[in-house]
Amino acid sequence: MSSDAEAGKLESEAPKLAGLRLGPVDAFSRLTGLDTRLLAMLAALVVIWIVLDFLAGGIFLTPRNLFNLAVQGSAVGIMATGMVLVIVARHIDLSVGSVLGFVGMFIAFLQVQVLPLGADWNWPLTIAAGLALGALVGLWQGLWVAYGGVPAFVVTLGGLLIFRGAAFEITDGRTVAPLDPVYQLLGGGADGSIGATASWAVGLVAVAAVAFFSIKARGKRARYGFPVKPLWAEVAMICAWSALIIGFVMVMNAYTKPRSDIPRGIPVPVLILLAVVIVMTFVTRFTTFGRYVFAMGGNPEAAALSGINVKRTTVMIFVVMGILSAVAAVVTTARLNAGTNSMGTLAELNVIAAAVIGGTSLAGGIGTIPGAILGAVIMQSLDNGMVLLGVSSSLRSIVIGLVLIAAVWFDVVYNRNRR
Amino acid sequence: MPTPLVELRNLSKRFGGVQAVDDVSLDLYPGEVVGLLGHNGAGKSTLIKMLAGAYPCDSGEILINGDKVTIETPRDARHHGIETIYQTLALADNLDAPANLFLGRELKTPLGLLDDGAMEHEARVVLQRLNPNFKNIKDPVKNLSGGQRQSVAIARAILFNAKILIMDEPTAALGPQETAMVAELIQQLKREGIGIFLISHDLHDVFDLSDRVSVMKNGRLVGTRDTSKVTKDEVLGMIILGKLPEEETAEELAELH
Repeated sequence: MSSDAEAGKLESEAPKLAGLRLGPVDAFSRLTGLDTRLLAMLAALVVIWIVLDFLAGGIFLTPRNLFNLAVQGSAVGIMATGMVLVIVARHIDLSVGSVLGFVGMFIAFLQVQVLPLGADWNWPLTIAAGLALGALVGLWQGLWVAYGGVPAFVVTLGGLLIFRGAAFEITDGRTVAPLDPVYQLLGGGADGSIGATASWAVGLVAVAAVAFFSIKARGKRARYGFPVKPLWAEVAMICAWSALIIGFVMVMNAYTKPRSDIPRGIPVPVLILLAVVIVMTFVTRFTTFGRYVFAMGGNPEAAALSGINVKRTTVMIFVVMGILSAVAAVVTTARLNAGTNSMGTLAELNVIAAAVIGGTSLAGGIGTIPGAILGAVIMQSLDNGMVLLGVSSSLRSIVIGLVLIAAVWFDVVYNRNRR
Repeated sequence: MPTPLVELRNLSKRFGGVQAVDDVSLDLYPGEVVGLLGHNGAGKSTLIKMLAGAYPCDSGEILINGDKVTIETPRDARHHGIETIYQTLALADNLDAPANLFLGRELKTPLGLLDDGAMEHEARVVLQRLNPNFKNIKDPVKNLSGGQRQSVAIARAILFNAKILIMDEPTAALGPQETAMVAELIQQLKREGIGIFLISHDLHDVFDLSDRVSVMKNGRLVGTRDTSKVTKDEVLGMIILGKLPEEETAEELAELH
């Protein structure tokens, strides 16, 4: 650890850096490490929530609705983290909804009609098989894009048709139900959450982890003698994250099981989403694979000249996307307690919209995992809020479509102003 | 005569119907600067990209320190101590300077993860040496000035103990002060025994820095001359007329002006 005097000297450097003719928003964003675009989206979310709650007569911002919103948004959130990598690398994946449907049908069919339902090993095996199938689908698409030279738009547009058709073919369109009772917990149904005590434990571990890693990173920068953020900004960020985590746990605990006072706590699919977010954040920030994805998105030629195996990295991106679509398929089938061939229809649009709203640039090279989750929450809030308001599904799709265009327009304008 | 650092023997490259490089042979000695001159489209960049591993050559061979080597990818070239500073700089604009410096050969922790702290540390040291005004190291390189971006590209080339340096239009985008900085750097690298290919379409850029100049025209090598034994006009004649100084007539040279 460095001495206090040294730390003080470093701190005095940071405001100087931050004070270089920056506006208040830019200065704030530099101090917190949040980019201005993410801050704008955060503000948009707050506005959307308040407006929806007002229009819905106070039934939007309730523990019950927020619990449902979290469960409904999990599948989109899980896939959005993968879509960030795909879009950052200047590709697109239009097939994720169909892959979800295909893998979901495969899992349900395997669980109910092939393997003996009720065996302990049944549902873990079907999940493993589903993840493997997702990886294979990703491999197939990635090989076409990287080595076949077919644009991802075309490969995955084909995939959208192929895997939707394949989902139908597995059972000739028949719905497969019911699924294993333990497996159903993964979908966050009546019993699919972890209760108050475990939720608090998860929350406190999360708070401790945020504090630990912030302090560790700061210590490392100080050891190297790099400029660090002012201490108050660091503490404020840790407090903000802690408040968010604890607030989330409180809301999830405030929603009780039917006809009882037993708190539900954090739903299992949200825990799965959290695990995915942690893994994907780790991958993007601390592995060479993550670094190469961003380098390829920023300048594909430079990436190739640096000796990066661009083709292999491209294949890996699509494999990751396929696996995440399979994870989303698990959550979706478990929640529905069934496999239906229409699962995940149009999910690709929500997933792409979530990534783009969360700051992933379609021009490539820019995007964050937490941003995509924020985007998923915004998309799910709009959808959920409009259902509460009794907006018809046709009108809802019009609004979602407009939001998608607006998000990309914002991306274009934002990038133009940055130049 | 010592062994040349690099020997290019009879290299050729064809793109479709265009013979971009036609049977070109060149050599480079340790501590020597060879200027490679020619109009746009003369084949300079293609020739040098074969040495850098960006294009495989159709025929011919490359020798490093007298040994025949196979260079098919940029990774192969780096393995032989060949570093290239491209005219476009080849930087990933969305990444910061340390990420660009170490792109493709990142420093890792014992667990195999990116060691950003160590990379930033090394980057600060090398960039400080090249450009003392370089402060905003954590900014994406798209936010940097032209000179700073050039510093990043140069730092990337010299960070890994290059033996052979290829600089494609090194000063094309720079102001006078930064050009002087690059010139000084080239002198320093020469003293360290590094061989340098300087590529330019403008002979004034490289004439004073080069020990020898090689001129290309229409994919073929016109000739190579010691800079001390030719005038700028004679070299200009080689570039424009595609003839060696002894073949150029006084009238032809006069017409160049």
